[in-house]
Amino acid sequence: MQYAILCYNDEDVVWSWSKEEDAAVMARLGVVHERLVKAGKLGPALRLLPTTSATTLRKSDPPLVIDGPFAETKEQLLGFYVIDVADLDEALGIARELAAVNPGGAYEVRPIALYNPDRRSGA
Amino acid sequence: MSDVDWINATLTAARAQAIGALLRYFRDLDTAEEAFQDACLRALKSWPQNGPPRDPTAWLILVGRNAALDGVRKRGKQVTLPPDEAISDLDDAEASLAERLDGSHYRDDVLRLLFICCHPELPDTQQIALALRIVSGLSVRQIARAFLVGEAAMEQRITRAKARIAQGGVPFETPGAVERTERLAAVAAMIYLIFNEGYSAGDGSARAELCDEAIRLARLLLRLFQTEPEIMGLTALMLVQHARAPARFDAGGEIILLEDQDRSRWDGKLIAEGLALIDKAMRHRQPGPYQIQAAIAALHARAARPEETDWVQIEALYVALERLQPSPVVTLNRAVAVGKVRGAAAALDLIEPLAPRLSGYFHFFGAKGAFLLQLGRTAEARAAFNQAIALANTPAEANHIRMHLDRLMRDGAPAGN
Repeated sequence: MQYAILCYNDEDVVWSWSKEEDAAVMARLGVVHERLVKAGKLGPALRLLPTTSATTLRKSDPPLVIDGPFAETKEQLLGFYVIDVADLDEALGIARELAAVNPGGAYEVRPIALYNPDRRSGA
Repeated sequence: MSDVDWINATLTAARAQAIGALLRYFRDLDTAEEAFQDACLRALKSWPQNGPPRDPTAWLILVGRNAALDGVRKRGKQVTLPPDEAISDLDDAEASLAERLDGSHYRDDVLRLLFICCHPELPDTQQIALALRIVSGLSVRQIARAFLVGEAAMEQRITRAKARIAQGGVPFETPGAVERTERLAAVAAMIYLIFNEGYSAGDGSARAELCDEAIRLARLLLRLFQTEPEIMGLTALMLVQHARAPARFDAGGEIILLEDQDRSRWDGKLIAEGLALIDKAMRHRQPGPYQIQAAIAALHARAARPEETDWVQIEALYVALERLQPSPVVTLNRAVAVGKVRGAAAALDLIEPLAPRLSGYFHFFGAKGAFLLQLGRTAEARAAFNQAIALANTPAEANHIRMHLDRLMRDGAPAGN
């Protein structure tokens, strides 16, 4: 079963981390990632740039292009993982492991309906 | 990252919004600062035990406000207090406050807080020191270290700046559209000043960290004013310039010129964010000085090798910048592009008329010396380089020019000039 783990956090806080704090969190996450890769459970994972760099296309008629993220929220979508697990319990277990080394915010664990792998040539 | 680190990062992130709201409430900067300080102390005690609140910023505003009101009551001072909502349950009050915070109120609170630091009567150095103290929450010692002055002197500078502001009065009315634009422009300029303080210092020094802080403030401002192309431009400009930080100095602290930098050491993540912001800004078709400067920086960033730099486009952008914001420094920068496109003689023609206005400017003599050198006018080049050294702002700048001079001595001697 494939799940997405959507990472939400207050980006003002995350982008207030010093370089050292950021590097320390990434290093600790790296250890967890490594373990998941070895277990064959980790698919693509990505970290997004701040929502200030986002642009939103509203599918009105005609479509409207708006500066900023889709929704103004207290905590923002900052990245996500794709994981391959047996069930929700295992997915939540992985989310717990990630949470233990990455403070603040929340992980939304959500099953994937359709997954298209990267089909660019050479990918 | 420990709990305390996380709490500290949260307090830093909430600071501008919380103090901004407290300032609107109390209309006095010192009271607002103290109230926030008080709330932070309580957060450090309460959050590790009770867990972080749902909305830390709202929590800090509420707790800070109540603490300050208590203080005022205890001192028995007769002050006019704003209407007090009855607060029985902190959670409910926090939730309703959080809802109200999402309005535009909030944007103007932060803008006001930044704007009062840009008082036109305050010299640049005081504006920066004040913003770093109030908005960023740096300690006096940290700011003093960044500016290479004593703590007592910095304390005095900040106190004096605050007194000036108190005299002038804080602009509390909600700004109209025109005023808001003016405030944003003043605040953008101040943030760029902070950045340049950091940029002029070498990587790794205390002052260099001001670049990170300026970028943090710009991102914060942009989150509140998502559709302002010039704020996008400012943020992009700083991101792309800062991306080069790891390559700008060698191990000995000597300056490495753009064309000699190891481009693989540039920070790709910062460049990507900067380029994305420039693309967004361009869609608005309202060019401004920050956007143009960002576009110039982007052309450098996009060139994988120095030879691939699009100098023709860079010169065109400098022409546009000169039109919007005429200044001898902009013309000097255009001359560097002209030198690449049409040669050193054309560049020299362009900068000759600037001499009277740039007679105290390090980069003028550095560039002039380089153009003269290219034309083989070594004696004049040497004179220009000597003037540049005398005007250097940092030891690294002076050393860089000395390197040119040394080369001149070495290569120029056999020519017997």
